[in-house]
Amino acid sequence: MRRYFGRKILIYLLTFFLAVTIDWLIPRFMPGNPVQNMLARVALHPEAAEALRSYFTKAFGLDVPLWQQYLNFWIALFHGDLGVSVYMFPTPVAEVLKRAVPYDLFLLIPSILLSWWAGNKFGAFAARSKWLDNTISPLSYILTATPYMWLGILLAWFFGIVLGWFPIAGAYSFSLRPSLTLAFIGSVFHHWFLPFASLFLVDFGGWAIGMRNMIIYELEADYSHYLAALGAPQKLIRKYAFNNAVLPQITGLALKLGVVVAGALVTEVVFSYPGIGYLLLAAIQNQDYFLIQGCFLFIIIGVLLANFLIDIAYVLVDPRTRRGMTGETA
Amino acid sequence: MNAPKKKNEALYFALRNKKLLAGFSIILVFLLLALVGPALTPNEPFDYANPLGPAAPSAQYWFGTTFFGEDVFSQFVYGLRATFIVGLIGGGLGTLLGMLIGFIAGYRGGMLDEILNAFTNIVLVIPTLAVLLIIAAYLEVRSIATECIFIGLTAWPWAARAIRAQTFSLRTRDFVDLARMSGVSSTKIIFQEIAPNMMSYLLLVFILQFGGAILSAATLDFIGLGPTNAISLGLMMQYAVLWGALQLGIWWWFVPPGLAITAIVGSLYIMNVGLDEVFNPKLREM
Repeated sequence: MRRYFGRKILIYLLTFFLAVTIDWLIPRFMPGNPVQNMLARVALHPEAAEALRSYFTKAFGLDVPLWQQYLNFWIALFHGDLGVSVYMFPTPVAEVLKRAVPYDLFLLIPSILLSWWAGNKFGAFAARSKWLDNTISPLSYILTATPYMWLGILLAWFFGIVLGWFPIAGAYSFSLRPSLTLAFIGSVFHHWFLPFASLFLVDFGGWAIGMRNMIIYELEADYSHYLAALGAPQKLIRKYAFNNAVLPQITGLALKLGVVVAGALVTEVVFSYPGIGYLLLAAIQNQDYFLIQGCFLFIIIGVLLANFLIDIAYVLVDPRTRRGMTGETA
Repeated sequence: MNAPKKKNEALYFALRNKKLLAGFSIILVFLLLALVGPALTPNEPFDYANPLGPAAPSAQYWFGTTFFGEDVFSQFVYGLRATFIVGLIGGGLGTLLGMLIGFIAGYRGGMLDEILNAFTNIVLVIPTLAVLLIIAAYLEVRSIATECIFIGLTAWPWAARAIRAQTFSLRTRDFVDLARMSGVSSTKIIFQEIAPNMMSYLLLVFILQFGGAILSAATLDFIGLGPTNAISLGLMMQYAVLWGALQLGIWWWFVPPGLAITAIVGSLYIMNVGLDEVFNPKLREM
């Protein structure tokens, strides 16, 4: 088990290192001169421009050798210094992101966990009969092929505009101030439901297909036939098949995380939901490069942490990794 | 039923596979529309064709016009072209890189495999979109071609991993040993002995890469990092949302692009299932 975690952590550290390096490398080595363009194109009050210019000379440290620039970048990073947001001047990028992250978690965690759980249940259910398979599977394929933002747009338009059941902008009603009142909490859930539903539905399709294919494979395995030959009830065989089929689905969750996060970003744009995705759009439109880079780092860190949590879950679920017999190869 | 000849076996089953045929026909319809569509409309995608602004679909504007009076049909067909280009080049590049790394790692083994595998795992963990985002943000002029290239450069890891595993299991087969003993070079073994034996698998990988590239491009376009000098289906949806098509009820602006992406990617997935049945005799009876 130590070996398993050691390997995993090494991969994550290397990944983090690579990501930070990319974050440092790209602004410096892209064709053209982004710093110049940034300063030339950004229209802001002179005060901000001046702060930006001095930040650039400091952050990019163009007078010191490259290796020292790289080192300084890391030092700044460990001090939590991600630069100053241009779009929300003079708030530091780290502060802007810190305010957005809770909304992302509030949207992502329930949609990921519930869609995974429901997808697995329905996928296993689909494998039971031809009729179920012929209804659940095509629906799942359509859902998983749907671009996240399009489903979001359709839901927002139909339930938000045509029927008028749900609001389609913001995280809570603009007439309320954050407080622990029933009205406020109700408003938060009212605004949360549609973005959550659109993420849930697209992810659900993918998990249902994965589980359906996996469980059919498991039901054809020798141990299933053996159990059946012994006269074990069908229910028990399905239970064993499900337990075995869930393992690749956990690995699949780790692999799909990037796609799911990307989906949440665009969904937030559709619903003007104040998470990182919404910030990102604003940052891109305002050429706020520090904010873009900050979003990049936050997404990477979030995905790495989630990966690590999934690894722990895997060890808890699969006894073989605990005894060091086999392991998911990194 | 006459037993089909070995050579035409795949074709024989392919022509009888409903999923494959259905998926293929849908893709073909969209491909045709992308090819001949631009000739069917006198308007360029960004022309302000309709001076009255938004208009519902009509005989003159088949898919209606946008908030600014642009012809949605024209944007749609040019966007379809972009979609197919991204799928073909982005997905193709992803597949080629995956093959290159997967073959080398799987066939060579040893230290090289360890390094390539670790590298693959690292890139696999990084969310693709995050990397695309930061690259695209610093590109001043973005074209569909650069989008394809960057999508291809970031999409290969899972393909490399899958192809490596397949190569691994093929390389210990007798016919590969025989080739090695007769002194055939590694490159030749990979391309003449190993690759042909996993052709069907490579085709499936390419189809999934094709669909993945289309979805990546749509995400990137929608968040504001799409091509700066062209139209795409993702951009259409972004413009529609940003210019209040939802609030104004201009549904003909945002329904066609998303519908086309869903139909194309969905058909690719269905084709994949069909192809799997064609190539894998065990699945045929299902």
